[in-house]
Amino acid sequence: MALLVDKYRPRSIEALTYHEDLSERLRSLAQSGDFPHLLVYGPSGAGKKTRIVTTLRELYGPGVEKIKIDSRVFQTTSNRKLEFNIVASVYHLEITPSDVGNFDRVVIQDLLKEVAQTQQVDQSARQRFKVVVINEADHLSRDAQAALRRTMEKYSPNLRLILLANSTANIIAPIRSRTLLVRVAAPTEVDICKVLSKVGKQEGWAEAEGLNKRIAKDSGRNLRRALLMFEAVHAQNEKVTDKTLIPPPDWEALIAQIADDIMAEHTPARILLVRAKLYDLLSHCIPPTTILKSLTFKLIPKIDDALKADVIKWSAFYEHRIRLGSKHIFHLEAFVAKFMRILESYLMGMDF
Amino acid sequence: MATYFDNKARAAASATNGASSSKVAPPKDIQNLQPWVEKYRPKSLDDVTAQDHTITVLQRTLQATNLPHMLFYGPPGTGKTSTILALAKELYGPEMFRTRVLELNASDERGISIVREKVKDFARMQLSNPPPHYKDRYPCPPYKIVILDEADSMTQDAQSALRRTMETYSKITRFCLICNYVTRIIDPLASRCSKFRFKPLDQGNAKKRLEDIAENENVKLEAGAVDTLIKCGEGDLRKAITFLQSAARLVGAVKVSQPKANGHSRKRKVIEDDEDEDAMDVDGVDDTMVTIRSIEEIAGVIPNDVVDGLLKAMQPSSRGAVYEAVAKQVTDLVADGWSATQVVTQLYQKIVYDDTLSNKQKTKIVMAFSDVDKRLVDGSDEHLTILDLALQISGMLAET
Repeated sequence: MALLVDKYRPRSIEALTYHEDLSERLRSLAQSGDFPHLLVYGPSGAGKKTRIVTTLRELYGPGVEKIKIDSRVFQTTSNRKLEFNIVASVYHLEITPSDVGNFDRVVIQDLLKEVAQTQQVDQSARQRFKVVVINEADHLSRDAQAALRRTMEKYSPNLRLILLANSTANIIAPIRSRTLLVRVAAPTEVDICKVLSKVGKQEGWAEAEGLNKRIAKDSGRNLRRALLMFEAVHAQNEKVTDKTLIPPPDWEALIAQIADDIMAEHTPARILLVRAKLYDLLSHCIPPTTILKSLTFKLIPKIDDALKADVIKWSAFYEHRIRLGSKHIFHLEAFVAKFMRILESYLMGMDF
Repeated sequence: MATYFDNKARAAASATNGASSSKVAPPKDIQNLQPWVEKYRPKSLDDVTAQDHTITVLQRTLQATNLPHMLFYGPPGTGKTSTILALAKELYGPEMFRTRVLELNASDERGISIVREKVKDFARMQLSNPPPHYKDRYPCPPYKIVILDEADSMTQDAQSALRRTMETYSKITRFCLICNYVTRIIDPLASRCSKFRFKPLDQGNAKKRLEDIAENENVKLEAGAVDTLIKCGEGDLRKAITFLQSAARLVGAVKVSQPKANGHSRKRKVIEDDEDEDAMDVDGVDDTMVTIRSIEEIAGVIPNDVVDGLLKAMQPSSRGAVYEAVAKQVTDLVADGWSATQVVTQLYQKIVYDDTLSNKQKTKIVMAFSDVDKRLVDGSDEHLTILDLALQISGMLAET
């Protein structure tokens, strides 16, 4: 049984629910026969990938849904062998170059050139060009992005790129100026409610409007998350009402617990206690940024208004450190210690 | 030696009247699917827009039959690649172009081994003779050109490997390095080249060019749309042209799908109150209007009222209320998918040009901006970083 997220994923442009004008635009682009390179960006769970898949379908017809996974081996200049997985249909390729870390340039250069230099084999294909979808484009290294620049111009008759990114901050300007930027905003809470009630109806579940609203709010405008929460609630309860508790994910519960711990006592012993819990989270592969962020937003409501700006400042500071450093626990713990210190000095009325 | 250039008179004439003329009108049907950036790439030196000084110098050197090694530098989209390609085309014409010009850029492997082998082999190669009478049409001077595009992404080693190569074969080969940042070219290379700086395009020239293209492509522009294009392009003509084409595609493409759109009346309604209104009203007429808003949407520019909303939330009242308001604005901003760099840029512009702030405040705020920009480039979480920036600024606004 598939998850609701996959089961009710729209398959064609008509089936897309929110952002109608954006869908309409994508459709007209697909039908005009003059398809540009795209850079699709937006927060996660906003429906970027879904929109791309439906656009591809609009471009090529149902053939794009027959996908296979290829494993390819690339060789770097230093004779290292890289294994790389490609999801491909007859008409398009989907790659995640950040899988190979620093060697993404090699993959981009070799693969794209190879694709670009071969013509579409299928004579009955609707478009002359192939599409390469690049996931996590914001994680591409500078080198790989530089390698894309000229390729995009030179091989444009045979090749169109669709770049997927969470933000355009890390995309170099030359790439941005060569692509059509498509912003996919997260669905509003009303949009999410609509989707939830539609899915619920199709599943034959009793509708609880208040619950849907709470799910939409808790999901942080992330539709994927909302659907997962929706499914979890319905799986755990026979009958749902407006007041049914939404079970938070385990890790969120643990972070809430950490927040309580931190608030309760400001001592080195407490840091030791928190450290064990942080390790627990990290060893379960919760990204450190997520931990820090949710911890911050759990702590914020508990403290005095005057401190909020300060806490956010240090949270952002240590988040940056996490990004630069290699040992995550140091920075998480440093944040905890810093927070305790700020709070303590505020309570004591002293200014450090 | 001046007989190389039977077009000397033309060159002299164009040197006097500047380089702003643009008479590009390629056959439309063949090149229909090309990006306009490629389609309207200048075909000759005269077509290059707005780099009067550089073009004049180049044309002088042409008349003197000799070409130095060249180093072109300047921000993206100012015509560096276009200039050297146009120059090479004028020199060699279509037939000799392949054998006489080697173009390498960052999408090719350009490590030290390539410089040693490919570039050196090409540089060393003897000149092929042009076919008879070819010289009547094109000057075909007795040297080849190696174009190293995006040279600032070459490694230091690869650059130093070029040094001696450039000198040894200078009789039969000229190098042209193109880069964005001249500082990343090692000194020994830079000193071997005559440098040409390409400045960002000024309003007038860029405007003229965009209007020409719009006219050629039958795109109708709303009044002020060209100015928006130039503003969004930030001196980068390529960006502006891409925006123009994308916008034209969006509004123009609606026309193609019209028969289908009629079937989906719900969807159609949505477009009608969108900016495509004009497109839908003039059934059968094949020109549509590109509006300012559609250009901004494509360029990813945040609407003014959103930025103003954030600014308003940051205004000092009692500190606590500020946090709630700012946090809400920032959450919405991030959820709507606006890119953080764009937020920072637009916020920066608003604050720097705000006359009500004292210089001291501005100085402090700008420091916060610099910090945040660095963090974003390092890949920090956008939500936290923007929230931090907004709160910091709000704190500084409260200080008097």
